[in-house]
Amino acid sequence: VCIHRVRSCSSIRFIKSKYVCVFDKSALKFSHQQRLFRTSAVSCGQIVQFKLSDIGEGITEVTVKEWYIKEGDSVSQFDSICEVQSDKASVTITSRYDGVIRKLHYSIDDIAFVGKPLVDIEIDASKGVASEEDVVETPPMSHEEHTHQEIKGHKTLATPAVRRLAMENNIKLSEVVGTGKDNRILKEDILNYLAKQTGAILPPSPKAEIVPPLRKTETVPAAPKDKARKIPVPVSRPIAFSGKDKTEPVTGFQKAMVKTMSAALKIPHFGYCDEIDLTQLVQLREELKPLAELRGVKLSFMPFFIKAASLGLLQYPILNASLDENCQNVTYKASHNIGVAMDTEQGLIVPNVKNVQVCSVFDIAVELNRLQSLGSAGQLGTSDLTGGTFTLSNIGTIGGTYAKPVILPPEVAIGALGKIQVLPRFNGKGEVIKAQIMNVSWSADHRIIDGATMARFSNLWKSYLENPASMLLDLK
Amino acid sequence: MVLQSFKNCLWLSCVLRTPKAFFWSTASGGLIIQSVSNDVYQNLAVEDWIHDHMDLEKQQVLFLWRNSPAVVIGRHQNPWQECNLRLLRQKNIKLARRRSGGGTVYHDLGNINLTFFTTRKKYERMENLKLIVKALKALRPQLDVHVTDRYDILLDRQYKISGTAAKLGRTSAYHHCTLLCSADKLVLSSVLKSPYKGLKSNATPSVPASVKNLFEEDPSLTSEMLLDAIAKEYATQHQIDHHINLINPADETLLPGISNKTKELQTWEWVYGKTPKFSINTCLNVAYKDSVLDVKVNMDVKHGRIEVCNIDLPEQWLPPGLYSELIKSLTGSKFCPNETTTLVTTLLRVCPQDDELHSRWSLLCENMIMLM
Repeated sequence: VCIHRVRSCSSIRFIKSKYVCVFDKSALKFSHQQRLFRTSAVSCGQIVQFKLSDIGEGITEVTVKEWYIKEGDSVSQFDSICEVQSDKASVTITSRYDGVIRKLHYSIDDIAFVGKPLVDIEIDASKGVASEEDVVETPPMSHEEHTHQEIKGHKTLATPAVRRLAMENNIKLSEVVGTGKDNRILKEDILNYLAKQTGAILPPSPKAEIVPPLRKTETVPAAPKDKARKIPVPVSRPIAFSGKDKTEPVTGFQKAMVKTMSAALKIPHFGYCDEIDLTQLVQLREELKPLAELRGVKLSFMPFFIKAASLGLLQYPILNASLDENCQNVTYKASHNIGVAMDTEQGLIVPNVKNVQVCSVFDIAVELNRLQSLGSAGQLGTSDLTGGTFTLSNIGTIGGTYAKPVILPPEVAIGALGKIQVLPRFNGKGEVIKAQIMNVSWSADHRIIDGATMARFSNLWKSYLENPASMLLDLK
Repeated sequence: MVLQSFKNCLWLSCVLRTPKAFFWSTASGGLIIQSVSNDVYQNLAVEDWIHDHMDLEKQQVLFLWRNSPAVVIGRHQNPWQECNLRLLRQKNIKLARRRSGGGTVYHDLGNINLTFFTTRKKYERMENLKLIVKALKALRPQLDVHVTDRYDILLDRQYKISGTAAKLGRTSAYHHCTLLCSADKLVLSSVLKSPYKGLKSNATPSVPASVKNLFEEDPSLTSEMLLDAIAKEYATQHQIDHHINLINPADETLLPGISNKTKELQTWEWVYGKTPKFSINTCLNVAYKDSVLDVKVNMDVKHGRIEVCNIDLPEQWLPPGLYSELIKSLTGSKFCPNETTTLVTTLLRVCPQDDELHSRWSLLCENMIMLM
């Protein structure tokens, strides 16, 4: 409302501000002056120069370090305006008025002087103005009849605008929980209170209409009618929702994902999925876990999955290859640098374990531990994050069964591992047994990989994991 | 033995149910509290909480706290200018930005922190520091300690044993200071030395000083003794019981809203993002194939993010397309090694797979990341 008024009197505003300067401080102290402004046909807010008040300890100048507002922003009384610094003391300057910031008298790193104007604020003429005293414990009196309400000996803090909103909606400030500074009641608190009220009144309307014909003897029919009459009233009240859309630029980890995944679009993906019976592997890991712990290493399932993949890649090297930009040459990579998708606080990151083809399962576990602790500390190096040739994503640790992973260029294949579930399966004798089942979802570049190759690789990988002893035969 | 046991503390909070009531001691005038946590973020959050929520009109508060290894920079300082961030990351030493002004300090369990909470009107740093000196002299009369007009406390007229900072709000204020009892001076001097060159900023600079531990002067002194002596003096001056109340900064019932305050102090936006605008003008010496390339770099960093970035490379050292992709990626991203590493390694995925190119790229990027 205030802004609207300003727009309509933009040409007159300049004349009025000159008028204000002539009166200086005295214009603020006498309420009849404000009434003068109010009765004029096109009443604008008056511009007040908010001066930098005494900091204490005899300090006369400070450095402006940060502005919390800019010209044109609305401020409420007690909102932070800026941060100034003087000799190791950082001071938060708060607004004495409700209004709109019209001018900032200093830039960052300027020296500001105590007693000189800091900002110009345009005050809405109909609102109250705080007294000159800077350290004011109680809020000012507004021109309406509202006084500060007292609950249990504590004064409720709320700006005049908030009080007006409460009054318009017949809300007692003492019933509202303040979430602002010093338990101050904010506009959001009133709106939340309102929303709760409207929610409570809405009855289950359909039922009320059915009841009357059945109950003739009781006085109940009167009630549904009342309810019917009451129903429209709450619904017409707007349910306050103060959420706002938030737009942010895409940076950092998200930007990296945008780049990678946009490049991945060029790759024609095909998927191949299967289920693996990990019953034997689960048992094997249980036996080996304490041994690894003795050596100071946490052993998960990943080292087994990674080693089995490498053994598979030895038979199907095309899955560890790279296609050049023009799709003219395929490079078969000698090293199996198997990437492991990691979820960190900042987002997705994919470090890789180098030369898995010459690593033992234990070596892989050690390296994974190292990458995991660096990853969570945000300290992975460039060498950890480059040179990957094949990737596995163990999304199952979070959840899920089948997935559709996206290949990370310049690689040509990727596998997503679901969670391990205990499911009923038939054994060789036709009996139902408990099996530890995990699903795998492969994606491959259909320009150089065909379905048969992917299927055979997957079968080989699966056989190593379903019968871990068979890995021993092919370990180098 | 003055420190109250945990059980008694819980009893107190049960009897007096509301948080504000807990801090209402029977004798008004003052309250002494000590944190049971050594986490710098939790303890700074307690300061925020008291500053925002307590009514200091009736009673002033003395807050005693100690932290596990951390570097604490002032509100308007530049962490790259003040400390060796690489070393901090390696040694797992936390970095925190406090809300008060002043310079950078190193905290560990051999350092004690004292915060004096008063109303804005009663804000008086000299008085507080003189109280500390009085307490120290009462404990060990032979100690040569005095307060300078820069609000430092010096030992033997030479060595700084305490630094001061303050925060003033609308109605309340606090003055806090450190006190070196038995801190690790080797770590202190190595982390507080910045290796970053070519930084230009208007951030508040720290004034380096020679420090000494009180323990070196008198090996019988411990942090507990110092805390106790200062609490005793505070109690005498405020005419209250010499009685230290323990508080747990993780207690949301006692301090509602404290976990949000703790979280905010740990966000990247607060710790790094609040750095005043600064620029870097430096030269990278990139050793490549028996020669050393001088690569001029200049960057403008605002809110902790790279606003402008220029890297002066020899022509065709990198394909032009890739060079502009690098600049585009860096612009707007955090001035942070982790984020930069992620971005530059991603770019390698989408450029020609050429070993020579990859090694040049990695080399350049690693050098760039050293600046962060």
